[in-house]
Amino acid sequence: MNDTVTMAHGAGGKQTSELIQKVFRAHFENPYFTADDASVLPAPKGRIAMTTDGFIVSPQFFPGGNIGKLSICGTVNDLSCMGAKPLYMTCAFVIEEGFEMAKLEEIAAAMEKTANEVGVRLVAGDTKVAGKGQCGGVFITTTGIGEIQEGIETSGKLARPGDAVIVTGDVGRHGCAILLARDEYGIDADVTSDCAPLWKPVEAALNAVPDIHVIRDATRGGVGTVLYEIAAESGVGVCLDQSKIPVDDKVRGVTGMLGLEPLYLACEGRLVMICPQEKADRLVEVLRGQKYTENAVIIGTITKEHAGRVIMTTEIGTQTLLPEPGNELLPRIC
Amino acid sequence: MNGIEKARGILENYDGPDCRIMEVCGTHTHEIFRQGIRRILSPKIHLISGPGCPVCVTPVSFIDEAIYLALEKDCTICTFGDLVRVPGSELSLQTARGRGARVRIVYSPQDAQVYAKNHPDEQVVFLSIGFETTTPSCCIAVRNAAADHTGNFMILTANKTMPAAYDAMKDSTDLFLYPGHVHAITGTKVCEDLVGQGVSGVCAGFTGRELLTALAVAVSEYQKGKPFFRNCYPRVVRPEGSPAAQAMVAEMMEPCDAQWRGIGTLPDSGMRLRPAYADFDARIRCDIPPIEGHANPGCRCGDVLRGEITPHDCPLFGKVCTPEQPVGACMVSSEGACSAWYLYGEETGGISHE
Repeated sequence: MNDTVTMAHGAGGKQTSELIQKVFRAHFENPYFTADDASVLPAPKGRIAMTTDGFIVSPQFFPGGNIGKLSICGTVNDLSCMGAKPLYMTCAFVIEEGFEMAKLEEIAAAMEKTANEVGVRLVAGDTKVAGKGQCGGVFITTTGIGEIQEGIETSGKLARPGDAVIVTGDVGRHGCAILLARDEYGIDADVTSDCAPLWKPVEAALNAVPDIHVIRDATRGGVGTVLYEIAAESGVGVCLDQSKIPVDDKVRGVTGMLGLEPLYLACEGRLVMICPQEKADRLVEVLRGQKYTENAVIIGTITKEHAGRVIMTTEIGTQTLLPEPGNELLPRIC
Repeated sequence: MNGIEKARGILENYDGPDCRIMEVCGTHTHEIFRQGIRRILSPKIHLISGPGCPVCVTPVSFIDEAIYLALEKDCTICTFGDLVRVPGSELSLQTARGRGARVRIVYSPQDAQVYAKNHPDEQVVFLSIGFETTTPSCCIAVRNAAADHTGNFMILTANKTMPAAYDAMKDSTDLFLYPGHVHAITGTKVCEDLVGQGVSGVCAGFTGRELLTALAVAVSEYQKGKPFFRNCYPRVVRPEGSPAAQAMVAEMMEPCDAQWRGIGTLPDSGMRLRPAYADFDARIRCDIPPIEGHANPGCRCGDVLRGEITPHDCPLFGKVCTPEQPVGACMVSSEGACSAWYLYGEETGGISHE
C-alpha cells in the first residue's frame, strides 16, 4: 500500500477497498461492521438517542489524544449526557490527498481502542479523498445511537432551584492543550488534553442517582458556556463558588498570561451534572470512584434569583457576574 | 478578623466625605468588576474609570495610519488583537482585511520582529501602543531588528507616558488608584511629586486582596484630609522602578506630543524613536501623510475616559455599541471601561446594582 493517501483511494475502486480493508476493517472489525450499503442492526428495547458530530481539530495529534480518539469521545459523551448507553456508531472520513498512511492508521487505532473501552460498535463508514489544500489533513464525522436507560430523563431544561452543580474534573484542559500544540504563542507548558470517553462514569452515576436532572459535556465554549445554556433553558440562575472551580496550575498559568478565562476553554472529558442537593454528596462519591471523574467536585448551586445568569462568589467574599462568552474563542479546537 | 474582612469593613462602612477614586488602569477596572468590588463600596465612594487603557486612548487617526500602511503601502500589520476591531474613520483593520490588508495578531513586539525576519519579502509594521509597561518590549524588538539587520521591520509608535495624563486628570478625581505595572517600571517619584501639588493616590496590585487593601488604605488616608501617597504594591513596585528598562527606553526613544482620544493633544506625553533609529520608524520610512481622524460623533468614549460620564450615560452604550459591534474603543478593548460595564452587567440587568 502507498505511504500516503492518493485521490485513487477515494475513487471507489481497488485502492479504496484496499484502504478500507487494511486500515478501517483491520481496526473496526465486529459482527455488525458492514460491507453492504447499510448496516442491519438489532433494535434496542427502549427509547434511543441519536447524535452526530464533525471533527476538524488542528493539529490532529495533540498531547492526550488525536482526532480519532476525539471523534469517538465526542459522540459517546453526547449520548452519555442523555443517559444513553452508546451502542452503534458510524464514521465518515474526509482525507486530504497526501495524508500519511501511518498517521491514518494511528487515528484508526485510537478510534478502535476508545470504542472498545466503551463497548460501542463501529458499524458503517465512508471515505472520501479531497484534493491537496481542500481540507486540513483529515476531517471525521461520527454518528451514534444509544439506548436510553430505563427511568432516566436528563435535559438542560430540568435544573431546579436548590440543585447542586457538579463538574467532573479540572476545567479548560483540552482548549489549553490545543492552543499550546499550535505553538503560536511561544509558551512552553506541559498540558495534556482531558479527552476521554465518559459513558462508564455516567452509567455508574445514573445507577447510584437516577434522578440527575442535567448532564452536559463542556466541549466548545467550556463549562461557562454550558452553564449559561442551562440557565437559559431552565430559567434559573447559577451561583458558583470561584474557589471551588478546579483549574490545573499550568492551565491557570497559561490562561493568566493570555488573558483567557479557563471556564470558557473547551473540555473534551468533563461533564457538568446538576442534581438535587441532597443527592450531591453521594453523586460526587460515586464519580470519584470512576476513571476520568476522580476529581469531581460540587462547584455551586442553582438559584431562583438571577435567572439566565451565572454568578460567582469570589475569593474575597463578594459576588460578581461571570461575563458571557465573547467572540475571541479559538477556532478548530474539536 | 483577617485582612480581607477588615478592608471590606472599611469600604462598606466608609462615612467620611464623598471620595472619587480614578482607576487609571484598565486592568484595574476589569479586576474590580471581576472581583465584585463595586458592589460592596459605601455609597460615598465613587469609582471613576480613567484613561489607562492603551487601546482606548489611541486616536482614530492612528488606526487610519495603520490602514494606510496596509492598503496603500502594502505593509503587513502586526498588532495586539484588541486594536483589530477598533473603528477608524471609515474602516477598522478587520474590515480592511476584506479589502486585502494583511493583518496579523501577535502577542509581543518580538513576535512581530521574528515574523519580519522570517518573511524578508514583506514590509512588516508593528503597531506600537502602550504605556511605560509595554514600551520597553517595543524597544527590545527594534534593538533586535537592528542587531539582526531585519531591515523590513518597522514600528508605528503611539506609545504614551502616564505623568501627563495624571496632570490632565487631576481635577476630575479626589485620588488616583495608580497602575502597579506602570510604576514597577517608572518607580514612584512621580506619585510623590504629585503629593506636593496636592494630588493623592495609592499604588495598587491586581488581585482581589490587593485591590481591597489599596482601596481601604486610600479612603482611610483620604479621611485625614491631607494629600498622601501610599505604595500598596511593594512586592512589585520599588521606589526607583526598573533602572534598566528606563535606561533602554531613554536611549532609544524621546518624548513627543501625543494625541489622546477624548483628551486631546498633551505635550510630551508620547514616545517616538530617536533619529538614530529612524530606519525603524514607519512614519518616516513610509512617508505617511498627515491624517485627521473622524470618530463617530455620537460616541462619547472621550467623556468616559475623562471620567465625566459613566459608560451608561452614553446614548450608544449597549444599544448600537456592544462588544460584538463596537463603535468606540472603550467597548472594543478587553480593558475598556465600556466593555467592563457591559460584560459585568452594570446597568444592563446584571447583579452589580440590583
